[in-house]
Amino acid sequence: MSPILFIEQVLNGLQSGIMLFLMAAGLTLIFGVMGLINLAHGSLYMVGAFAAAAVAGWTGSFVLALAGALAAAAAAGAVIELLVIRRLYDRDHLDQVLATFALILIFSESTRWLFGSFPLYLDVPAALSGPVRLPGGILYPAYRLLIIAVGLVVAAGLFALIARTRIGIQIRAGEADREMIGALGVDISKLYTLVFALGAALAGLAGALVGAIQSVQVGMGEPVLILAFVVIVIGGIGSIKGALVGALLVGLTDTLGSVLLPIFFSSFLEQSSATAVGSALSSMSIYILMAGVLLFKPTGLFGEA
Amino acid sequence: MKLKSLITAAAITALSAGGALADAHGGKLKVGMITTLSGGGAGLGIDVRDGFMLAIKGNDQIEVVTEDDQQKPDIAVQLADKMIQSEKVDVLTGIIWSNLAMAVVPAATAQGKFYLSPNAGPSALAGKGCSPLYFNVSWQNDAFNEAAGAWANENDIKKVFLMAPNYPAGQDMIAGFKRFYKGEVAEEVYTKLGQTDYAAEIAQIRASDADTLYFFLPGGMGISFMKQYAGSGVEKNLMGPAFSFDQGILGAIGDAAVGVKNTSHWSKDIDNEANKKFVADFQAEYDRLPSLYAAQGYDTALLLVSAMGKADVNDAAAFQAALEEADFASVRGKFKFGPNHHPIQDIFMREVVKEGDIVTNKILGVAATDHTDVYGAECKM
Repeated sequence: MSPILFIEQVLNGLQSGIMLFLMAAGLTLIFGVMGLINLAHGSLYMVGAFAAAAVAGWTGSFVLALAGALAAAAAAGAVIELLVIRRLYDRDHLDQVLATFALILIFSESTRWLFGSFPLYLDVPAALSGPVRLPGGILYPAYRLLIIAVGLVVAAGLFALIARTRIGIQIRAGEADREMIGALGVDISKLYTLVFALGAALAGLAGALVGAIQSVQVGMGEPVLILAFVVIVIGGIGSIKGALVGALLVGLTDTLGSVLLPIFFSSFLEQSSATAVGSALSSMSIYILMAGVLLFKPTGLFGEA
Repeated sequence: MKLKSLITAAAITALSAGGALADAHGGKLKVGMITTLSGGGAGLGIDVRDGFMLAIKGNDQIEVVTEDDQQKPDIAVQLADKMIQSEKVDVLTGIIWSNLAMAVVPAATAQGKFYLSPNAGPSALAGKGCSPLYFNVSWQNDAFNEAAGAWANENDIKKVFLMAPNYPAGQDMIAGFKRFYKGEVAEEVYTKLGQTDYAAEIAQIRASDADTLYFFLPGGMGISFMKQYAGSGVEKNLMGPAFSFDQGILGAIGDAAVGVKNTSHWSKDIDNEANKKFVADFQAEYDRLPSLYAAQGYDTALLLVSAMGKADVNDAAAFQAALEEADFASVRGKFKFGPNHHPIQDIFMREVVKEGDIVTNKILGVAATDHTDVYGAECKM
């Protein structure tokens, strides 16, 4: 494998990791602050993608589409927090899983009802549709570079929000002791709605960004949700830093595994069986990574016991 | 008042007389349609159903019970049991996916029910597992790929890069292509089923010296891949079976699909009366262009109606013989059954083109004439 191809694959791994981070950040915030397992997080990702496709269809503007996706996902998040999630904080995790699974079904079928069963059209803006030439002669799609940039900006913003703002302090305090910050006069239910809407908006942004290069269809969120859970387990539940590191690890392992493993096996196996073994192992690679991390750090890389 | 009661009475008599007449014919038939109407694969099931219903519109001799299998084999099996035991259907149809067909078809035919496949043709049901009561009205899984392999030989395609999801249908499709293709294979890549990001594969394709990429990525996988491929700046010929380039998903891919060659047994521009009528009626009824799945649903219903005209479904041997004749005007033009009840039909090479604002397919030529599958030899019925 040439060095150029290798660097391109590393970029691909980074880009997929950054997207996973946007999903995992919301999931881990919601779990860390409210102790809630939200299976419907993938639905919010789907809401973002569908809202972006609809707005892009009406207006033709990609920027407006992204704004629409953020707004729609945040609104959907706030609404389900107020109507459903709020009643689940004191319940068992199993009840939360059941209720949020029901939300997945409701979101999926209402989306089908509104938009139909056929995938929607959403494309990258014309200005970013081609590849750009990076130093070293690497051709790389401009849109994927944009995704990496947006993801890094959001990550920086999120760290600043958590570490430096008043809301961030309240969020961190809520994670540590929710009764105490209620006693100190912080409106805890408003804080929860806010955190939930923030997590939802991040998922919606990921859905819209990814929707432009993937298929905008009902059920698109669930495969990503599973990966996001793997990320937060690796990174440590509740930790934003863990989500970032975990997401990058998963993105790189997944991408490089699917490329390098078949090559590795073909060095001592026959071509067709090398492809078969390599493809099978690469599908497992992130779960092997997760198992390996949990073996040495049972609470995840940045998790607290 | 008197007049009113009189009219009512007359109306009731007329109605019951009509009912008695229909019963006297005795030709009523109940169809159980198990298909995918929810989840990511719903577009395919909806098209099969709509095509089927269009063909029997106004026909009061056929009653259809439709249920959603959610693309899950266990649910399909439950539905089939329910339809056979409590709904007492005569004929089953509708299944889209090979793994669901494998779960339902052998059990249904063992219970003496006819099964007409409007999509999916796993090799097991064409060969050793064939049944006198099972009729495939679509294709055997390998068919489009074998035809594509044959077309590649004749059209100066020297080196291909092969790609498909890592599951049985994906492996069958690639095997089918390689069975007929005589050129060189640069690389063979199997992706995860349901994969949505193809950046890593696209980088491999860019680095490869193949002149053509042959791939099978149905549904959302194909949409994702095509959009990402278009943005990558890689320029190789693209080819594949029609599943990734059918009407239902072309709208979501957009211009990125233009120029792709794909093999299919049907296209909306096949020039015959039955097809023209089908395309026009479908658009009038549902306000969208039909897909190949809709065409298969339509042909399945036409086949069923043709057999009903010749025999009673309760006389299984006669009904089977009537189905074997395939005496209907298929939208594909030529259509007949081989000895294993799988189609003998032409497979066309299509190209994705833009007609006005709509991205759609047009026929380039015939890729394989009177094509049939290789598994029939193993079928003993």
